[in-house]
Amino acid sequence: MIQFLIHEKSDVVGVATVEIKAGETAKGLYMDSQSEAEVKTLHDIPLGHKIAMTDLQAGDSVIKYGADIGKVVADIKKGGHVHTQNLKTRRW
Amino acid sequence: MSSTKVMAYRRENGRVGIRNHVVILPLDDLSNSACEKVAFNIKGCKALPHAYGRLQFGEDLELFFRTLIGTGANPNVAAVVVIGIEPEWTNRIVEGIAKTGKPVTGFSIERNGEIKTVEMASWKAKEYMHLASELKREECDLSEIWVSTKCGESDTTSGLASNPTVGNAFDKLVGMGATCSFGETSEITGGEMIVKERAATPEAAEQFMALFNRYADMIDRNKTDDLSGSQPTKGNIVGGLTTIEEKAMGNIQKIGKKCKYVGALDKAVTPSGPGLWYMDSSSAAAEAVTLWAAAGFVAHFFPTGQGNIIGNPIEPVIKLTANPRTASDMSEHIDYDCSAILRGEMTLEESGDNLMNMLVRTCNGRLTAQEVLGHEEFVLTKLYESA
Repeated sequence: MIQFLIHEKSDVVGVATVEIKAGETAKGLYMDSQSEAEVKTLHDIPLGHKIAMTDLQAGDSVIKYGADIGKVVADIKKGGHVHTQNLKTRRW
Repeated sequence: MSSTKVMAYRRENGRVGIRNHVVILPLDDLSNSACEKVAFNIKGCKALPHAYGRLQFGEDLELFFRTLIGTGANPNVAAVVVIGIEPEWTNRIVEGIAKTGKPVTGFSIERNGEIKTVEMASWKAKEYMHLASELKREECDLSEIWVSTKCGESDTTSGLASNPTVGNAFDKLVGMGATCSFGETSEITGGEMIVKERAATPEAAEQFMALFNRYADMIDRNKTDDLSGSQPTKGNIVGGLTTIEEKAMGNIQKIGKKCKYVGALDKAVTPSGPGLWYMDSSSAAAEAVTLWAAAGFVAHFFPTGQGNIIGNPIEPVIKLTANPRTASDMSEHIDYDCSAILRGEMTLEESGDNLMNMLVRTCNGRLTAQEVLGHEEFVLTKLYESA
């Protein structure tokens, strides 16, 4: 069963399509190529929330939909929950 | 795609409609009653009551005329009876609609009274119903169907699947030379630079930014908080959206991967050629779809997450959702369920094809959920108070 989706190859985050528990090896799918992905989660990822597909350093861009959706403000490990605690808009 | 041909109505001006309405159009709030009486007398025609049309002035009046004339001129409409309290503005609407070449007649209530007006208008409506009922659908190209889109009651399933499904269909439609449109200026707040970059030309980008800045100034003038300061909303954040860029990107998935807009239009303005067009519009669903119908669009893609139930009296609204709960507990409102994408059981490409097939079926005559349920929200956009 699919637990998360990634919009595009260049995206660094996936989006949970079900509730995912910390420590699970979650199975996902790239929506552009239909190729499979897998990540071991570090945190609980609620439905609709983002999960890091790679390590991200403060200052990096988070790419989703193939676009820059903001900057990393606290380092994120692969499998971590990406949200307001570590990702901020570049606008303000 | 199973077919790129549809059976539709070719109107006098060459535009293609997918419905064949005879509309009884009130000029003003005072004439709603007469229009509804005519629609009761003459079965099959449709009154479009609304709240305005008196003592409007300036840009607000121009938008009012553009919306009413555009509604009557829409290719989904075969013929129009206009009823107003006085003849001058009534005739302005009649003359505007008559430019399409379709049958249209106006009646005014002053010096006649309502009962006599209803009698005269009913005779004309009866004549138009007979005339419309003998018009035949003919083979038209799918690219001749003008399609608008906006989403409503969005949630994370919208950005993941239902909005990109519309985007996939828009890429296909624009690719075959169709005329398509998106808008929702307020929902783009915070992501306006992203939308600016999707312009086909620097001129189109400038047109968009001018409309966007006008909207931002309006917010400023009305002394509410700057909306962009509260984007994304608390509800969005609970649902997993983190930044305004992310929210705006989810919204503009509806315009696909490839298509770029060739121009940005003011509210209810008719595009001057094929391609994707931005149209300034409220994000309130009924207001926005009313504006697109007035601009000449004949079918609407409406992706919803939590389940918005909006419809329009003349432009069929095709509703899709990727939220399995909405597809199940609000199934009577949904024309196309694309939740299989979330389970990894359907690709966006397949989903875009399925939506195109639903569009073809709708063009050929399948009534949408909204039409069958009688959701006919006709809501005029008012720019400021009347004199």
